Amino acid sequence: MIEVRDLHMHFGGFRAVDGASLTIEKGTITGLIGPNGAGKTSLFNCIAGVLTPTSGHVFFDGEEITGMKPHNLFHKGILRTFQIAHEFHSMTCRENLMMVPAGQHGETLWNTWFGRKRIADEERALRAKADEVLEFLTIEHISDLKAGEVSGGQKKLLELGRTMMVDAKMVFLDEVGAGVNRTLLYTIGDAIKRLNVERGYTFCMIEHDMDFIKQLCDPVIVMAQGSVMATGTADEIMSNEQVIEAYLGTGVKNKKKESAS
Amino acid sequence: MDFLNALVAFTNFVIVPASAYGAQLAIGALGVTLIYGILRFSNFAHGETMAFGTMVVLLVTGLFQQWGISLGPLPTALLALPFGIAAAAALVLFTDKTVYKFYRRVKAAPVMLVIVSMGVMFMMNGILRMIIGTDDRRFADGERFIIRARDFKEWTGLSEGLAIRTTQVLTIVVALITVALLFWFLNKTRTGKSMRAYSDNEDLALLSGINPERVVMITWLVVAALATVAGTLYGLDKSFKPFVYMQLLLPIFASAIVGGLGSPLGAIAGGFVIAFSEITLTYAFKKVVTYLGPDGWSPDGLVQLLSTDYKFAVSFAILIIVLLFKPTGLFKGKSV
Repeated sequence: MIEVRDLHMHFGGFRAVDGASLTIEKGTITGLIGPNGAGKTSLFNCIAGVLTPTSGHVFFDGEEITGMKPHNLFHKGILRTFQIAHEFHSMTCRENLMMVPAGQHGETLWNTWFGRKRIADEERALRAKADEVLEFLTIEHISDLKAGEVSGGQKKLLELGRTMMVDAKMVFLDEVGAGVNRTLLYTIGDAIKRLNVERGYTFCMIEHDMDFIKQLCDPVIVMAQGSVMATGTADEIMSNEQVIEAYLGTGVKNKKKESAS
Repeated sequence: MDFLNALVAFTNFVIVPASAYGAQLAIGALGVTLIYGILRFSNFAHGETMAFGTMVVLLVTGLFQQWGISLGPLPTALLALPFGIAAAAALVLFTDKTVYKFYRRVKAAPVMLVIVSMGVMFMMNGILRMIIGTDDRRFADGERFIIRARDFKEWTGLSEGLAIRTTQVLTIVVALITVALLFWFLNKTRTGKSMRAYSDNEDLALLSGINPERVVMITWLVVAALATVAGTLYGLDKSFKPFVYMQLLLPIFASAIVGGLGSPLGAIAGGFVIAFSEITLTYAFKKVVTYLGPDGWSPDGLVQLLSTDYKFAVSFAILIIVLLFKPTGLFKGKSV
């Protein structure tokens, strides 16, 4: 679905992404792990159009999307969430969700003044959809709160909800579990799984929590020093000597041994 | 002691003019605050945008007067207002395309954009002078007063008169309509919400499929309309002089900052705070104090806190106090 070919992203002399190549298959939940500074977020930014890569190519269903602007990628169904949850803080959670579908009728200046009826119908449909999404994520109780005032974990769920307002095909999640408590993490994981199974979303997620990865992701891609180091199932990765050396540390190995003995 | 006369004098010389001036500042500050919230820089060319819009209104008004078109008791300038807005919109969209767009693309720092807008200000200023010169012009016509001082005295039998000019009432009415429309637009329409979303969080707005160029364009259109309305109201109330609009920049920025940059509600509150402080501090209270004091006594001096020459110092002082003690302003805008 997404193919990245020999991607480079250099900031001055610093090579954040240095010749990364990977594929994300349709219908998978692909995990992307690696030590800090491995270039995971830069890679995300390159794919999602926030950064224009120095060189290399990104393909989406065979079509080249390298260097496309974020709002254009959005129309293709490629969405992302942020490591630190972003929200429109002065609007309510419901309004936040209702912002999402682009190309709404009320978006042109002309229709704002002269197409009131159609806009009203559209808004009603959106509102119903937003409520449905909030219910799906089990956060309907915050729908009328200002998005700037809800907890960090709820903002993360809201980010996930944003992708559900349109028919997203490919969603990039940047550390969706960071700074979220266990219970909420479970809710988020559950929502991701259900979206994947029930609605056919393809996910690619950066994550540090190996248990979370193991629960959700297959395959897992390991990045180090700007390029891909290994690819495989979570179990394969966790027993890969090279990966343990570079990222997981010997703790995992010992734990493995303990559980084996 | 004559409380009623004192009140009338105070209303006549402080409350009425300050309300009108406050409304003008508020609409001016709304433009500044919108640019700051959405395009993320302080637009120094705002005063010139106001002057340009007003100039076109003035020229079209002249044309209408020649053709004998008028609004009866209301100033003809109201009819010319749409033309001024259209011209100001064309001007700002042109500058955006030729100047600001480049700096947005290279993601220039806000400070750089401020300097750029200063350059734009000088350019616009030059263009204005070339077209209309630097003279003082009056273009208010129609009925001059709603209540005349003499009539008021006759009706009430008070020795102090109250005069309310058409332009003052007009300023407040037009300001109310403008503000109501703007808030309806920002809060209720999809386009306005996109603008607020873009102001809240640019990255997210982009990733939610909001087209940034369209948001920027609509912002400029709204700002051009606000600037022209503010400039015209000010020009009607006082007179049109290109240079004055550049000086107005200080109280306008002070209003926007006092209210909290990026907050439309704050801009309105800020406008009135600045206007009332400026006029109260520079008003000579001699008359009011004379009425309030014992019979036959009057103060020797003017009982004026500051000479009117220092009226801009008031905005400046308030600006500094706010920046020192509450940098986000009254309504929690973005800190500068």
